[in-house]
Amino acid sequence: MLLCGAVHRQQPFDSSLEKPQFPGASAEFVDQLEFIQPNVISGIPVYRVMDRQGNIINPSQDPQLSKETVLNFYQKMTLLNTMDRILYESQRQGRISFYMTNYGEEGTHIGSAAALDPNDLVFGQYREAGVLMYRGFPLDKFMAQCYANADDLGKGRQMPVHYGSRDLNFVTISSPLATQIPQAAGAAYAVKRENINRAVICYFGEGAASEGDAHAGFNFSATLECPLIFFCRNNGYAISTPTNEQYRGDGIAARGPGYGMLSIRVDGNDVFAVYNATKEARRRAVAENQPFLIEAMTYRIGHHSTSDDSSAYRSVDEVNYWDKQDHPISRLRHYMTARGWWSEDDERSWRKQSRKTVMEAFETAERRLKPNPELLFTDVYLEMTPSLEKQRESLWRHVQQYKEHYPLDLYDK
Amino acid sequence: MAAAARFFIRGVNSKLSITGVGTGVHSSFGATLLKLTPSCNSRSKTQRRHAAHFTFQPDPVPTQYGPTQKMNLFQSITSALDNTLASDPTAVIFGEDVAFGGVFRCTVGLRDKYGKDRVFNTPLCEQGIVGFGIGVAVAGATAIAEIQFADYIFPAFDQIVNEAAKYRYRSGNLFDCGNLTIRAPWGCVGHGSLYHSQSPEAFFAHCPGIKIVIPRSPVQAKGLLLSCIADKNPCIFFEPKILYRAAVEQVPVEAYTIPLSQAEVLQEGSDVTLVAWGTQIHVMKEVANMAQEKLGVSCEVIDLQTILPWDIETVCKSVVKTGRLLISHEAPVTGGFAAEISSTVQEECFLNLEAPISRVCGYDTPFPHIFEPFYIPDKWKCFDAIKKMINY
Repeated sequence: MLLCGAVHRQQPFDSSLEKPQFPGASAEFVDQLEFIQPNVISGIPVYRVMDRQGNIINPSQDPQLSKETVLNFYQKMTLLNTMDRILYESQRQGRISFYMTNYGEEGTHIGSAAALDPNDLVFGQYREAGVLMYRGFPLDKFMAQCYANADDLGKGRQMPVHYGSRDLNFVTISSPLATQIPQAAGAAYAVKRENINRAVICYFGEGAASEGDAHAGFNFSATLECPLIFFCRNNGYAISTPTNEQYRGDGIAARGPGYGMLSIRVDGNDVFAVYNATKEARRRAVAENQPFLIEAMTYRIGHHSTSDDSSAYRSVDEVNYWDKQDHPISRLRHYMTARGWWSEDDERSWRKQSRKTVMEAFETAERRLKPNPELLFTDVYLEMTPSLEKQRESLWRHVQQYKEHYPLDLYDK
Repeated sequence: MAAAARFFIRGVNSKLSITGVGTGVHSSFGATLLKLTPSCNSRSKTQRRHAAHFTFQPDPVPTQYGPTQKMNLFQSITSALDNTLASDPTAVIFGEDVAFGGVFRCTVGLRDKYGKDRVFNTPLCEQGIVGFGIGVAVAGATAIAEIQFADYIFPAFDQIVNEAAKYRYRSGNLFDCGNLTIRAPWGCVGHGSLYHSQSPEAFFAHCPGIKIVIPRSPVQAKGLLLSCIADKNPCIFFEPKILYRAAVEQVPVEAYTIPLSQAEVLQEGSDVTLVAWGTQIHVMKEVANMAQEKLGVSCEVIDLQTILPWDIETVCKSVVKTGRLLISHEAPVTGGFAAEISSTVQEECFLNLEAPISRVCGYDTPFPHIFEPFYIPDKWKCFDAIKKMINY
């Protein structure tokens, strides 16, 4: 009888008497059976600073960066694009074994990298070469890794685009997806204890965000209060899998609140939006020791990799729309030309110059020998073990005896 | 039926309620109920608990590491962790339930002593624990990750095999997670069954880049754990859980290390080499005595200690001398680590062998509950294997 009356009551229950006491959640009681509908919480809006033509929409959001800084953004994005074109082609010609381009996502790299401190530690997935480029990784080191030659900092051990740089605080890329996410949480925790104004950023795609490691990383960083920026590049595809087959909720940004994490969705093709969001997230992550989730919406204009032909699963028209109508590079160029900071002549001479520097690095990398095969056996452990030493000797003896069957002339002595 | 009726009648008149509510959660309700039933009054034949399959054999008191204190295995672990937190300001210990002291009491007192930022609980997620630990180590701090039972390490397999083990190699030594040590309770415990008894060292032995260490006793555990923590490579340290309370020794209070990848000859012999690690060492020591008394056979007992990278030289040197090898472990025989030892020894010592190498291991089944006394490689199975080898 009381229950019936309660169902129809208009006033709320007296919370001091009736508030739930469960340790697991802080909430009020409710006596209407209602499932929360995900789509009612309408999609998290996309923060942007420029429209698709590069015009500032709300002047208060213009970061008002210097001409020098903005030109640098532009040059880094276009240099990356040039390097991508040449290295993609070099794979097609059989010069390198594999490559992944960054077409369409240059804004996510440069905007976020510019908002960080050079000492901030970067954990990436594999499509963040622009972050490394922005920090100053030389072209010939990019090439050396792709060619796996004797100048490769990674000693020729991994496939192309698995870059790493200790000096630039960019942790070496690994192929398994999302493994870097809980690692970034751990690094951020250690960095927090050092208390030296240092943050960690962790990049991943919307596909990798489905992995268990992503859930682990999000949950750990929130519960353990880590100064960490999660940067999700939502580019619409995980190889051939479109987002509607990757998730059913409102993207990755909507998951953040589930972990108790501050989250934002931004226009990934708007370098200023990416910059602003990353800058503020970084400031607060370090000041407040909590993680932030940035979901940068963008589009993967290129194929997944040189092993992929995306015409098998999407139309050329779709790709062209993004290439022509909403590209981070052209939007920034419009911003620059509107201010008289960049002319057609500047564009022509920059294209020529950047192509030249890329080609020079390319030719040097092509000519360089591969690392000494002894490096097959080192760095498994810090020290060489007796067992590995024996294996190394065994290989050496074998190669001496059968040397005509091994491409020794391609390798450093 | 009559018993049930008695129970209800009594319940109505007594202070005990049917549900146990109102008389406190931990009331004597359950105990009282058991007393009402005649069949529960005496321990029948089917309820007898099987005695442990080994007797812990302590080592002589070490004199070279300073003053000692009586400690069991979990206390020796706590001591090692205490020493580490005291001397290394970057060291942190984390995992499920470590904050209150851990389900096996290995971290008791450490949070109070060193602070909640250094000894803390993580969410229930092994892949997260290891991934997080790798990140801590990559950032230059000392990470000691606890996995609650070795049986639950598998969600972390990708992080261990694809990430931790390969970090240094794949980066050309730009980055590494050598500061990571993973600890996990390991091995049979009498009643652990499928998911509280496993010995998964063989899965990881196939993975270059990590080290795997298994101690037989408190003194060994502290020294080997400290070596793992100091070692500049990611290490997995398996702790025989059945020894946590059962193994008591005089353990040095100060920090000390026992070298990795150096197998220890515990007793010398001339006829058979016995190789084991962890709990099984105590079985082997007893087997060696049995072989001497009943067969007049002299056994050399070797504790491998480090499974990866393992001390090939010490084992082979012994087999060259004795000509016979028996390897024993609880893990299933197929693909178990005895297979690796056997294969290498027959390569190196083929002409020295007087008999085929013998492996006395668990069967190729999941670890059973009620059948544990039949499953484990006990001293009788090992003894019988020696007899066969001698008579080959």
